[in-house]
Amino acid sequence: MSAHNPQLGPDGELRHLLSIEGLPRATLMQILDTARSFVSVTEREIKKVPLLRGKSVFNLFFESSTRTRTTFEIAAKRLSADVVNLNIATSSQSKGESLLDTVANLSAMHADMFVVRHASSGAPHLIARHAGPEIHVINAGDGRHAHPTQGLLDVYTIRHYKPEFTDLTVAIVGDLLHSRVARSEIHALTTLGVPEVRVVGPRTLMPPDIEKLGVRVFHDMNKGLRGVDVVMMLRLQNERMNGALLPSSQEYFRSYGLTPMRLALAKPDAIVMHPGPMNRGVEIDSEVADGPQSVILPQVTFGIAVRMAVMAILAGNG
Amino acid sequence: MPTLPTLPDAEQLIAQLVSRLRDAIGADTALVGIHTGGVWVAERLHAALGLSTPLGTLDISFYRDDFRQRGLKPDVRPSDLPFEIPGRDIVLVDDVLYTGRTVRAAVNLLFDYGRPGRVRLAALLDRGGRQLPISAEWVGDIVDVPADRGMIVLVCDASGRLSLTMEEAGVGA
Repeated sequence: MSAHNPQLGPDGELRHLLSIEGLPRATLMQILDTARSFVSVTEREIKKVPLLRGKSVFNLFFESSTRTRTTFEIAAKRLSADVVNLNIATSSQSKGESLLDTVANLSAMHADMFVVRHASSGAPHLIARHAGPEIHVINAGDGRHAHPTQGLLDVYTIRHYKPEFTDLTVAIVGDLLHSRVARSEIHALTTLGVPEVRVVGPRTLMPPDIEKLGVRVFHDMNKGLRGVDVVMMLRLQNERMNGALLPSSQEYFRSYGLTPMRLALAKPDAIVMHPGPMNRGVEIDSEVADGPQSVILPQVTFGIAVRMAVMAILAGNG
Repeated sequence: MPTLPTLPDAEQLIAQLVSRLRDAIGADTALVGIHTGGVWVAERLHAALGLSTPLGTLDISFYRDDFRQRGLKPDVRPSDLPFEIPGRDIVLVDDVLYTGRTVRAAVNLLFDYGRPGRVRLAALLDRGGRQLPISAEWVGDIVDVPADRGMIVLVCDASGRLSLTMEEAGVGA
């Protein structure tokens, strides 16, 4: 970790959530513990708390994602914030300039928090550097770099079903090369002390230096799933299947699709996760996705509480 | 330095509260402790009074009026009200009644679960210094302690025994 982490303030308090990389374990645990209290809020008659009353949260989506935007919107509204959604189509020219102009304009409207989704890695960092000191930035997915709230909701979900991180073997399966979700999951799992994180996928979809993140690489899915407690599937993006990286979706499913037979290689009480949206019949069999070991829908529910926790902690840090 | 007022024995205050509450609460009354000290007191009252309604607990972190100044403390716990709220007779339980801000936050939180029939307050110790129009129905004792003397906190030792101690002003803030 470099000397200065742009996410942390002078006293080590969380100012922005840009990436899980470099965040201390205590910060991750605070987010998970706080999220647990927000889960209980979302089970009440009135699912709202007054923490962010009078605050304005801007969802800046330079890359469209209805699901992620919606969960951030619900999270902010349950904290009583005012929410403004901006779906900004990325222009092909002078992205850097227009991005900072947008930020300057929104800052002038007294925004308190930006939730940023962008196709370019590092865009939320850029915004955090240039936004005013009173504005908090949350990365909602940038390029191939990071999707920290997804990583956090994934570890929250794991902890809900398997309370001791230090006893677990976790397999992340699929397109590791293009996945910002996988990167955030790996950083979260290793920081929280999961002793064995496996990555499973074809050579063409595996970053060459991924072992440096502290994971074990498997190209044979049957070996990779043997004895694991948690199977985290990744979404295979359709655009990858037409290129040179993969022959066809049927072929991919034969080698790396999660079927009931493959899942049987994991521990009997293993849980199955997926960040959504799922490609049924490509990376996951419907029988598994809808089966008793699937926790894919609870992930969505917990995701709102985790995003509430992140926003509340940031807003509380001035 | 002037001497600090002597704080009463917390275990005796528990006994006082138990005897004061015994005839005032009904079979359907629910005790709700406010984290952390209030929960310890409520657990003791609940056991001593033999109430059938399970004990509730509230963490007011999401309702504090000083969130902007203090932020969110790291040890937020889920609130738990394992009974129906609408129409319910509720006794909120806190350890030390002081400014009244904790109680205000607790009442706001309670109403987000539904509309109770009645809400009353029991506190182990009333130290004066109210900043809101709030008073307790039952207290173990009243001891006026000026604000500049610091905070009075309830401590629970390993054996579960409760005691009140003074955290002197100027040490922390």
